[in-house]
Amino acid sequence: MIRVSIDPAPIELAMELAALEERGAGGVASFTGVVRGDGGVTALELEHYPGMTEDALCTLAETAMDRWSLLGVTILHRVGRMSVGERIVFIGTAAPHRREALEACAYLIDRLKTDAPFWKREWRGEAASWVEARASDEAAAERWHG
Amino acid sequence: MELLYFAWVREAVGVGQERVDPPEAVYNVADLICWLAEQSPGHAAAFADPTKLRAAIDQRFVPLDTPLGNAKEVALFPPVTGG
Repeated sequence: MIRVSIDPAPIELAMELAALEERGAGGVASFTGVVRGDGGVTALELEHYPGMTEDALCTLAETAMDRWSLLGVTILHRVGRMSVGERIVFIGTAAPHRREALEACAYLIDRLKTDAPFWKREWRGEAASWVEARASDEAAAERWHG
Repeated sequence: MELLYFAWVREAVGVGQERVDPPEAVYNVADLICWLAEQSPGHAAAFADPTKLRAAIDQRFVPLDTPLGNAKEVALFPPVTGG
């Protein structure tokens, strides 16, 4: 089962993890991305490409379901403005055994970074700046090809 | 064709979406970027450096040398930074 959502609403961790456990899996792995307060950042703003984003995340989830023996994949990404400490992204995977769940979870967050049309803007008080893409993210995504 | 802009590309151009009818010589995405750069000072600022831009045709990521063909929707934006 695949659950994909792009929403300004906060991510409810306990509810999402419980839903994955209900898939009857032996193992559930998850990754949560949280807004960091590095360098005086006070808030983060996420923009996306409506329509394409949903397709890109569903394609990633389907690819992971095919590649590992998964019983469930959840990908949630917030958009809009969020404060330091708030959750931005949640990836959850359910599988019969830990290795599939953990590997698929790492794959999904690495590929989401390069394959989904989101853009981040950092706010420091009243000043905003767009975040630049990092070569290390490109390299992390590349590692899963082949 | 319908053009969509995101992040600082949208801000530089001043709109998130516009309809354009480029001349026939505009064959691929890179040609489109060059042509757009001549349309206004805002466009010039957004499209001066194609190496900073990425594209999608009909909601699929494509390299800049991809022919436009019968594209209905072309999106131009900086490299993505989600997650």
